Amino acid sequence: MQRIKGKALNIRGATKTYRTQSGEVLALKDVDLTVRPGEFISVVGPSGCGKTTLLWSVAGLHKLTSGAIALGEEWITGPHPSIGMMFQEANLLPWRTIRKNIELPFEVRGHRPDTARIDMFLQRVGLGGFGDKMPRELSGGMQQRASIVRALASDPTVLLMDEPFGALDAFTRDEMNKLVEEIWLESRKTVILITHSIAEAVFLADKVYIMSARPGQIARVVDIPFARPRPLELMETREFFELVNMIKHDIQHQPPARPAVATA
Amino acid sequence: MSETVQTGASIAGATGIASGLGDQGAKEVAAIIAVALFVIGGAEVLLRLFEVPQFILPTPSAIAGVFFSREIPTICEHYAYTMIELLAGYAIGASIGLVLAAVITQFPFVEKVITPYILLLVTTPMLALVPLLILNFGFGFTPRIIAVALASGPMVMINAATGFRRVDTMKIALARSCGASTLQTFTKIRIPMAMPMVIVGLMIGAIFGMITAVGAEMSGGGFGLGSRLTTYSSTLRMPEFFACIAILAVTGITIYAFFFWLGKRLAGWES
Repeated sequence: MQRIKGKALNIRGATKTYRTQSGEVLALKDVDLTVRPGEFISVVGPSGCGKTTLLWSVAGLHKLTSGAIALGEEWITGPHPSIGMMFQEANLLPWRTIRKNIELPFEVRGHRPDTARIDMFLQRVGLGGFGDKMPRELSGGMQQRASIVRALASDPTVLLMDEPFGALDAFTRDEMNKLVEEIWLESRKTVILITHSIAEAVFLADKVYIMSARPGQIARVVDIPFARPRPLELMETREFFELVNMIKHDIQHQPPARPAVATA
Repeated sequence: MSETVQTGASIAGATGIASGLGDQGAKEVAAIIAVALFVIGGAEVLLRLFEVPQFILPTPSAIAGVFFSREIPTICEHYAYTMIELLAGYAIGASIGLVLAAVITQFPFVEKVITPYILLLVTTPMLALVPLLILNFGFGFTPRIIAVALASGPMVMINAATGFRRVDTMKIALARSCGASTLQTFTKIRIPMAMPMVIVGLMIGAIFGMITAVGAEMSGGGFGLGSRLTTYSSTLRMPEFFACIAILAVTGITIYAFFFWLGKRLAGWES
């Protein structure tokens, strides 16, 4: 499964302004970003730096004011079948069983769900036998596992993760991070992860993009040198700690100074 | 069970049975029946003890007797008329109410313009309009069906609209990120999200519809259970009168129980 398929994701001059009652807010300004096929990047930054806006634009859920996003040769102007998305909290539909939730992307596109693949995936994330349960019968971590399966079941080449583990406790979060790395190593999706947790960003990504707030811009890119697979113990090493602290320091001391809400 | 429903206390008891059917034990059902028997038996004993005349307040046994009397075919026939009016009026009112709710909530401006009129319809007692409707449409089914539709439709609409107005940005974003069209977002996200309130609206609408049907029958026309109520009370045939009340109460409870069951089936995820 080590084939790296897919295309580079290119973001060029991404600019987004919102109209609010107090005037226009510049959420993103001239963001340039390239994600190579099979690369895992994280985006961190203070609250309100526009990282979610950036991700939702890649998902085709927001329209940019100017600039463009392309997957390979194709412009992204709306939701794209090769792009899967994971949302904050699990965002499962409470009136559907886990299996029916996972089948939603197939259903919407009028495709027959790939039952064998879904079963295999459910097994893989430790949810074998939970397909017919309702979301409320599962713990937060299990719900997030189901949402990983939903995002990956239709085999997209790009996976977007919008602070997916923010609501989980620390232990479950570590567990999920490990699972995400394993699945990524198996499938080599192109991944963009938005997170508030710098440790999570460093642990998972090949590159961490640090954004500044208002206007949202890429302030700095940090290459993460750690070899894969990365054991959870990595988070206890000095090198890891120093890297996390450096990034945190960077976020906190950005010009123009904004109250940094980012926490590790 | 029809004769159990002549006092407020036993209505509450029967409602308890309806809501307890799904998940509560036989023990509770037994207790509810025991209380109902006690209330009915108590009423029987007290009414006999104080020799209350039948034309003031009939004993439960006298009311039960009506169901085995020669009057029952007549009562059934008139009950059927009432049900026809209710079903026809409700079908019209509820469908218009549902469609209106689904459509106007998608256009906030239209909703703002229309809502005052809906509120006007909700707060106007439709019974007050019945004489006017009779004047225009005669003494047949038509004015009654219109009254039922006017009473149930706005109730369905206003509750369903509350459901359709619930927007969960994340769930809609989820559907759109999968490539869902506006229609698919509507059928797969908005309708299920609205379902709990839609069912509440359908239930309230049905009960209001029944009250209006009976009330409209009391205003004239000479057929329907409401007209029987007028006849029996003016001729002091109180056991028959209360038998009709019991039938209507059981109908109301059945409507409630049906929608309770429907709610559990279609909207059980939101407990």
